[in-house]
Amino acid sequence: MEFLTNPLSLLIVLPASAAVLLLLVPPQSENLLRRGALFAATLTFLVSLKLWTGFDPASSAPQFALDLAWLPAYGIRYALGIDGISLLMIMLTAFLMPVSVLASFNYIKESQKAYYVCLLLLEAAMIGVFAVTDLFVFYLFWEAMLIPMYFLIGVWGGPRRIYAALKFFIYTMAGSVLMLAAILWLVAAQHTATGVWTFSIPALCAGVLTAQAQTWLFAAFALAFAVKVPLFPFHTWLPDAHVEAPTAGSVLLAGVLLKMGVYGYLRLAVPLFPQAALAAAPWLAGLGVVGIIYGSLVAWSQRDMKKMVAYSSVAHLGTVMLGVMAFEPAAVAGAVLQMVNHGLSTGALFLLVGVLYERRHTRLIEDYGGLAKVMPGFAAVFMIVTLSSVGLPGLNGFIGEVLVLFGAFRVYPWLAGLAVLGVILSAVYMLGMYQQVVFGPLRHTENKVLADLTPREWLYLLPLLAFILLIGVWPNPFLKRSMPAVANYINSAHRQAAPPPAEVKFSLGGEAK
Amino acid sequence: MEGNYYPLLKWILAAPLAGFLLNGLFGKKFLGEKGGGILGSLAILVAFVFAALSSSDLLNLPADHRLLRDTLFNWISAGTFGVDAAFRLDPLSAVMALIVTGVSFLIHVYSAGYMKGDAGYNRYFAYLNLFVFFMLTLVLADNPLVMFVGWEGVGLCSYLLIGFWYEDPEKASAGKKAFITNRVGDAGFLLGLMLLSALLASQGVLAMDFATLEKNAPLLAPVTVLGVGAPTLICLLLFFGATGKSAQFPLYVWLPDAMAGPTPVSALIHAATMVTAGVYMLARLSFLYELAPRALEVVMLTGCFTAFFAAVIALLQKDIKKVLAYSTVSQLGYMFMAAGAGAYAASVFHLATHAFFKALLFLGAGSVIHGLSGEQDLFKMGGLKKDMPFTFLLVAAGWLAIAGVPGLSGFYSKDLILEKVFEHGGLLVWGVGVLTAGLTAFYTTRLFVLAFLRERRGEKHAHESPLSMTLPMTALALLAVAGGFLLKDRLFVFLDPAYVPAEHTPHAAKLMAVSVLAGLAGIAAAFALTLPRAANFLKNSMSHIHAFVFNKFYVDEFYGLAVIKPLKAFSNKFLFHLVDAGLIDGLLVNGTAKASYAAGRVLARAQSGRLDVYALVFAIGVALMLYWVI
Repeated sequence: MEFLTNPLSLLIVLPASAAVLLLLVPPQSENLLRRGALFAATLTFLVSLKLWTGFDPASSAPQFALDLAWLPAYGIRYALGIDGISLLMIMLTAFLMPVSVLASFNYIKESQKAYYVCLLLLEAAMIGVFAVTDLFVFYLFWEAMLIPMYFLIGVWGGPRRIYAALKFFIYTMAGSVLMLAAILWLVAAQHTATGVWTFSIPALCAGVLTAQAQTWLFAAFALAFAVKVPLFPFHTWLPDAHVEAPTAGSVLLAGVLLKMGVYGYLRLAVPLFPQAALAAAPWLAGLGVVGIIYGSLVAWSQRDMKKMVAYSSVAHLGTVMLGVMAFEPAAVAGAVLQMVNHGLSTGALFLLVGVLYERRHTRLIEDYGGLAKVMPGFAAVFMIVTLSSVGLPGLNGFIGEVLVLFGAFRVYPWLAGLAVLGVILSAVYMLGMYQQVVFGPLRHTENKVLADLTPREWLYLLPLLAFILLIGVWPNPFLKRSMPAVANYINSAHRQAAPPPAEVKFSLGGEAK
Repeated sequence: MEGNYYPLLKWILAAPLAGFLLNGLFGKKFLGEKGGGILGSLAILVAFVFAALSSSDLLNLPADHRLLRDTLFNWISAGTFGVDAAFRLDPLSAVMALIVTGVSFLIHVYSAGYMKGDAGYNRYFAYLNLFVFFMLTLVLADNPLVMFVGWEGVGLCSYLLIGFWYEDPEKASAGKKAFITNRVGDAGFLLGLMLLSALLASQGVLAMDFATLEKNAPLLAPVTVLGVGAPTLICLLLFFGATGKSAQFPLYVWLPDAMAGPTPVSALIHAATMVTAGVYMLARLSFLYELAPRALEVVMLTGCFTAFFAAVIALLQKDIKKVLAYSTVSQLGYMFMAAGAGAYAASVFHLATHAFFKALLFLGAGSVIHGLSGEQDLFKMGGLKKDMPFTFLLVAAGWLAIAGVPGLSGFYSKDLILEKVFEHGGLLVWGVGVLTAGLTAFYTTRLFVLAFLRERRGEKHAHESPLSMTLPMTALALLAVAGGFLLKDRLFVFLDPAYVPAEHTPHAAKLMAVSVLAGLAGIAAAFALTLPRAANFLKNSMSHIHAFVFNKFYVDEFYGLAVIKPLKAFSNKFLFHLVDAGLIDGLLVNGTAKASYAAGRVLARAQSGRLDVYALVFAIGVALMLYWVI
């Protein structure tokens, strides 16, 4: 019974069983399919609110824990439990889901039944990844996500969908296979040391591995997650996948799937192999900063709006990696918040591109211009989202960015100093795109009759705007909940090294005399 | 915590914010033109009243306890990083809040007439209110992070208002240029704050409010970073931010283009208030700059150079607003010269008088442009004295004030700055300052003569502007005339209770005489050289220099060729096409895929189906195994 009463478990079971129920609906009753999917996604979101209210922000122990035996011979258990970081990720997923369903109503015209089934299965798998504390089940959900996403891109995508879907699948799979090998090795090593079969993440984290073993295992995990983040230079699957994916696919890909990579570092790669992680951290942070500058500059050269947003994601996730690899409370908390922020603002950007695409069936920047005249509501929303993406103070992006920059500066002054360039570059490409799409004269006759946002579009954009503003003005409810988890993460990283200094140490080419 | 809790402060900010929301969300549908204009102006009036009330409460406190604080809530808190959403009112922020709300109110009233009939009327007032909100956030902030909110926020409003007529791609581009140039400066500002915060945190100081910073700034004095004193490096980075916002060399290039916005916006944002943010920041963080004499030197020299450089460009501009724009850059240079000389009160004094006379001149220019239905070319004006008598008189007041005619506001503040610069910067800097004063008198007189005196040169019919425009100008004219005299000692005592009036150097009288003479010479020269024959003679005899100066020394072109174009080409050709699409995706990613595919094809040949080959391979295999076993 606990399987259904535990809210975490319910959040996985609910969308999965809704998907099964949708299978029973005849494919021609499209309205029922859409509404059913929307109902299921909304219900899931409502259930997730129970996590938010029931979560104890002061506690650092796993919450809403559930531990059921599944394959006891191998120590595989259906074990769930969340901390503040998983809480935020699950909330983000559950929040973006009804938005994605609503955004698909007009966009998806073919095989709607299969589409909504895929969407709901994807949700179950994504929440599963964030909720489990058993490594085996984690891997199951991790791989399970790939399948619906593969179909979302490959079936309902654009003209080059097969190429993009295959690239996405093989690229991610290549990383995951290495991770699987590492998982098996790790569990076997644990068995040799303790005589017990276990896949429990906390138990595995407590084990002690040699430095050499850590290096190899960390490399396997880190590579799998680097592909997902995506960290430069493992990012080239992302622009293709985004460009071809349907709007909802892009929203979930950017909003949730990319966070899986960072989450993997936070939850697995660093706590399992702290020594190796500490050694690799400056390099990973450096790759993050390369991603910020490289992603921004390449984004500047894009003519396709979706491709541009995709490269901007490389830059944003670079900021997140810089924060995560700094092992400094403010920086890590900022990075976690920035994961949420990126989900909101980039999700909103993809939705807005989708709004245009549904009307004009083109994503090329040069096909627009002067839209403020015919679509003032769209122009206003687009402005706010653009500003959120460039990190304007008062909106959500600023809080995450400033925490990462200020926090990481205490640890990696040079890297964080370089990362500040992102502040300039993001304005260059985002405002450049905004100007070309929204300002100027209405050059194309087709654009003169474009309709402004419909009530349905307002319905899914307004909640995003609300959070963009709320987090910018009052971020503490979000930060507060993640702080104990952040502290756990930092402590776990320093577990086998000298304890983290209590006070801030800072030096940059000089000493206090 | 120091300072008295004073919950009234938030209402100074709340009124313009409410005005923005109401006009922005419901303006067009429910308020219409009249309602929107009244609401927008009223919101600022309310803010002004609250600012005045708070300031008078501040004045009633004993001189060394003049600090009121209002903490709203804990804004960001993570680990050892914490920032409050908090505001403070001390003499410096009180002066700024009064200038900002006062001048803003007048310009809002003016705008109600100027923007009449514009399709984006309510949007205009919404943006203008939002600007005032952010500007007040900037000046009332209790810590640098909240100040940064205002700092970037005013940049946003400037961007929105420069590109207000967004259908014109040039105007939209000018807005983008302003935002991005400002962001370049902001990056420096942010870096300075990061360094400041990290260094103080390493000494155990975690709070970021100005009072704590001031108390603990001396801790930084002995620290060196990269071989430079920490305060020097921090101050230089922050000053780089100021060169963006306050249009100083090398980041001044956005301000002349910003004239694409409606003229009242140029008056308010690009002359009287926003561009002075950098000066305010220096005064606010003066405790830090005091620790960094070398940074102050850089500030003074940058200000001095910018003042002169921009004044030279202003000499030859044809567009009435461009003259005023370069004049603003030049006058801001004066303020930084003063700040660099450590005379923060003098720089704030000039900030105030400049706000009066430059806002007046811009509004006057707006009145002329309005009266001539959009004409901005000085050479198509002339003789407007007859058609626009009020505007003529009011602009005359502004002209004489900026030219430094004794008794008017510009005279007092400029004279004081030059005196301070002489003390701290020496003869050369002072000399350039005096020369610039002469140039200033020249280009403003030229503007005045070309627009209002002599013959009409254009065909357009001119008409006087409505009362809603001339009345606010009258108020500013009174301030431009009498403001300097009224404020001079009062302002200094208010800003610095330890100030002793009439403390002048022995040369003061001589210095003053020289700068006044420079101004008068500039005026006289302008009357003579604007005569068509003289002007043509000069233009022809020095055509190369003329073209060079008229084209603003080709600085914009230089930035385009040296920075923007190469970077764009590098991003597109090298990073995107060569590295991303070619190397990473083409060679490594798809190359791996192709290699695997090719390997598969080769290996597939082994599965040929020919039994004799299979048998041969089998035999070799068995032989090898036997060899290995035995």
